[in-house]
Amino acid sequence: MIEIRFHGRGGQGAVTSAEILAQAAIMDGKYAQAFPSFGAERRGAPVQAFTRISNEPIRIRIGVYHPDVIVVLDSTLIQSENVFFGLKEGGLAVINSKESPRELKERLGFKGRIITVDATKIALEELGVPITNIAILGALCRGRPDLAKMESLEYFIAERFPHLKEKEIRSFRRAYEEVSE
Amino acid sequence: MAKKVGIEAAIAIAEAAALADVDVVSAYPITPQTHIVEHLAHLVADGILNAEFITVESEHTALSAALGASLTGARTFTSTSAQGLALMNEIVYITSSMRAPVVMALANRALSAPINIWNDHSDVMSVRDTGWISIFANNAQEAYDLTFMAFKIGEHPDVLLPVMINFDGFILTHVIEPVVLFGKEDVEGFLPPYDHPYKLDPDRPVTMGPVGLPEIYTEVKKQQDVAIRSSRSVIDAVFKEFAERFGRKYSAVETYAIDDAEVVLVTQGSVTDAACFVVDEMRKRGKKWGVVEIRLWRPFPFDDVGSALTSGKIKCVVVLDRAISFGGPAGIVMSEVRSALYHVPNRPIVIGVTSGLGGRDIMFEDYVRMFELGEEALRTGKEPEMVTIIGVRE
Repeated sequence: MIEIRFHGRGGQGAVTSAEILAQAAIMDGKYAQAFPSFGAERRGAPVQAFTRISNEPIRIRIGVYHPDVIVVLDSTLIQSENVFFGLKEGGLAVINSKESPRELKERLGFKGRIITVDATKIALEELGVPITNIAILGALCRGRPDLAKMESLEYFIAERFPHLKEKEIRSFRRAYEEVSE
Repeated sequence: MAKKVGIEAAIAIAEAAALADVDVVSAYPITPQTHIVEHLAHLVADGILNAEFITVESEHTALSAALGASLTGARTFTSTSAQGLALMNEIVYITSSMRAPVVMALANRALSAPINIWNDHSDVMSVRDTGWISIFANNAQEAYDLTFMAFKIGEHPDVLLPVMINFDGFILTHVIEPVVLFGKEDVEGFLPPYDHPYKLDPDRPVTMGPVGLPEIYTEVKKQQDVAIRSSRSVIDAVFKEFAERFGRKYSAVETYAIDDAEVVLVTQGSVTDAACFVVDEMRKRGKKWGVVEIRLWRPFPFDDVGSALTSGKIKCVVVLDRAISFGGPAGIVMSEVRSALYHVPNRPIVIGVTSGLGGRDIMFEDYVRMFELGEEALRTGKEPEMVTIIGVRE
């Protein structure tokens, strides 16, 4: 079972990222679950969302305390809370940042695997708003291609955003290409 | 055609109500409401479901309107949670007493104060004695299946009682997971049309819900008790027919790995799956533990609980309560389990634990602790009267 924890701010769509990932994995024939952290959500406040993906039925329904992957939709969260909390040894951090993985690792003293993408820039250019939930999925897909097929993710991106689907899929694909490893 | 999709449990429940082709949905649309009625509102607005959707100003009115609609012969659905159920309370009693087979999806959440919107079983336990058939779902598939079956159970002419389908707030209601959704053609013939034999009808006027003087009240209450106790055979028959047609089996009491278990944990709702997971993991370390789930809460399956908990090698039963009976006889579910075992010779030791209140996660170690408390009780032979709250800071 692979456990993914998304960190965002209310309004950035972290819950949607988690849900689209789970729906895509289920479409691919796997078992998956996605749910928000159920805090008192409000715009701008830190929020978490969780996805679990497995080849077996998933029987636990608690928060993700030891993620295999963390996905950070907003780089300011790195300063304000410990997004790396409980990340497994050998785990992956996917971070929306202008900085390169090397710069981030040095600055944070983090030894594990980080990939970055400037998802805010992509979102502003493609959508005109700094909502990074779909772009960050592109980066995640690059870092962990085993989670869900790109076409399955794109199917649910299109379903979720029928009026913005071209733009959202473009930001998804751009983020996939523009990842720094 | 049935198809498997990733869908939020709340949406799946709305789809089940739509599959049952409900005539009336009556609900208070704001917090603590879930996405269930939001999705039903979409289905009605989009013309997919031909139903009257009544948005009301309070849960008290939501159930009042549902009750009235049901008594006219309309298939009726509502949904609520926590404080919403508390506000409905007066009508909760009246709905069952007037034998209106309303189906309610209850997203189980904590009662205030302090204000808490998260999951536990305080709400359902507050209406334990209101005369509704009450069934727990463990996952989104079960929530979907049981909501659909609830109409067939409640509307059966031998039953005519409201049915409450319980599913854990947030940790189930808001979770996207795989569910096999039926097409209309898949369920053809399973759910007969609803035909209340004594419905409100302008051509055959009757008065419903009048004063019941002391000369008649006791008889009415006895009838109600007989009705819910007798509903058990219909519940079993519906579960059986569902299993035969669709392959998914449901029982009043579910058991897991109890054949050689010495200590079993009694659960309700979505923690059951987690407890089974813990049992599997701990069996690798030599622990012979099992799980018994009381799926059917009312009518309480005394015989099934009794025979499950006295089978095999069971020596200690740990009952997990998700609500507190303040100053009362230990746990709420635990008291029922003790009653079910009271007359059994050489009955197992029964101890109670409470956990997962107001949305606190029940961790792997917490389940292990529950089973270990059972092992401790076995060693010492002590059967404490009071429950132990797991994971409380003191």
